[in-house]
Amino acid sequence: MQLNDTEKSMRNGDLGEPRRWAIEQQIAVAEYFGAEDFVPVSQVHICADSEALGENGIGLLERFSSYEASEKRVLVPSLTDPRGSDFGRYKAIRQDLSIVERERRLADALRSIGFMMTNTCINYQCVLPPVQGERLAFGDTGSVIYANAVQGARSNFEGGPAALAAALTGRVPRYGYHLAHQRLGTQLFRITEEPRNLSEWGIIGGIIGRIITSYWEVPVIEAAWSDMPDLPTSDSLKHLGAALASYGSIPMFHFSGLTPEAPDTQTAFGSNKINEASSIGRKEFDTFRDGFQTSRPELDVVVFAAPQLSIVELRDLAALLDGRKISKSTAMLIAVPPSVKIVADQSGLSETIEAAGAVILEGVCFYQMHARELAQANGWQTLMSNSAKLVNIVGGYGYEPVLGTMAHCVDAAIDGRVPR
Amino acid sequence: MNSRSLIAGRALGKSVTGLAIVANDDFSARYDLDRIKGVFSRPSHVLYGLSYVGKILVVNSAKGGVATSWMLGEMASRSMAPLALIFNDSNAIMVQAAAFAGIPIMDQFEENVTRVITTGDHLSIEPEKKLISILD
Repeated sequence: MQLNDTEKSMRNGDLGEPRRWAIEQQIAVAEYFGAEDFVPVSQVHICADSEALGENGIGLLERFSSYEASEKRVLVPSLTDPRGSDFGRYKAIRQDLSIVERERRLADALRSIGFMMTNTCINYQCVLPPVQGERLAFGDTGSVIYANAVQGARSNFEGGPAALAAALTGRVPRYGYHLAHQRLGTQLFRITEEPRNLSEWGIIGGIIGRIITSYWEVPVIEAAWSDMPDLPTSDSLKHLGAALASYGSIPMFHFSGLTPEAPDTQTAFGSNKINEASSIGRKEFDTFRDGFQTSRPELDVVVFAAPQLSIVELRDLAALLDGRKISKSTAMLIAVPPSVKIVADQSGLSETIEAAGAVILEGVCFYQMHARELAQANGWQTLMSNSAKLVNIVGGYGYEPVLGTMAHCVDAAIDGRVPR
Repeated sequence: MNSRSLIAGRALGKSVTGLAIVANDDFSARYDLDRIKGVFSRPSHVLYGLSYVGKILVVNSAKGGVATSWMLGEMASRSMAPLALIFNDSNAIMVQAAAFAGIPIMDQFEENVTRVITTGDHLSIEPEKKLISILD
């Protein structure tokens, strides 16, 4: 790798041990992928919940936080992904105090190093939306794929230690999705039926993600329905991208005629050969959704999360819950960014939602809150969500998830039973 | 000692020797593992119920999110991690995870490693040479 004088100084330890550690981590990754040099980044976004870090990761951050400011402070605006605890509502979900205490330690260490506690996975919607060509070090798969595909910015998946390193050095190795040729389309998909709701946008992502098995493949999506009378919204593409990234570990997609690097399908593919399109329609949507089943009819918990909800989604949910009561045998959890919670409180949405019996959790996401321990503490097993991404993840935590629309999830929560 | 060799396109880490656990499936630490018990916990995973601790994990590709990059280091700190990671096709997260945890990683072989290596094979991993030897 070609290192400039600042990078050499970091590597020599002249700028402190945290930055020496950081750049050595980055050089190891750079050499693996053949990156020739570093590029500066304008924003960093770090996944750092206590379940992912454990004592090992928390200890590293606490160690770094003990250094002088000049040696430990981040060099670029650095944001956080959701926490593992809502410090104001953890008792409502019987989260163990030991988990909450670990989250407090972690938050203190991150703050000491200079991270801004945005606690959101939808920073691209509600903090500082990236612009085309902007170089980033984003650390949530949903935020990376949205920034790359919908905003035309450039980022690889930067896992926690890599995002921490980027924050401390202000740069990332130039490989992967920082390179123009890597961003070209490699597989074509044609959607023959217009998605009717956010869940179906997520299902499209899940279907494609199961087909594409490589981080280095870039799906190109065409809409076969004419005129696109209802253009996809930010929330539609948020669900599509989050599911694509989760099922397929994919950081980029093109939507022909819609996303900035795909004015048309040919441009999206560039010099790559365009394959015969794989069609995805109603039959595939239904098969995907019906693949999630439970072993019993009682519905333990409904979760709206993964990704956190925008204020518009929260408004829709409030309308569905208005004047109704959730079954006493079913919990409903809703994850939102702190900034959205403020607006929801001031707009009366929180009051409507909580009057129905739901719990709004701010700054967290369900699967980042020690979901297995939550299941044990609350007796939760059957789970329903409108998030294709969430139902993909929670199976490994011992849940039996089913997928439905937001309206179906609300109806099921009122009824207390999994729809059949 | 007879052996068969495989050459990786990319490799990182120190040399190790150990037993393989193999699946033509993908891998995510958050989605697939009970990291306390040290077993695959996702019912749909090919390796469901099996232990990965101290084994050389040979799988198709990486799936899922970014959490593996912290989690592998956390697992290694408790001596509850795989001994090495071998992929047909890795992603950025797995390499970052391996670098952080100090666990060897290799990918991009000429053959499908999940078909050439079998669970229980005794392997020698030499990342500096980008070499895997299947030992008899």
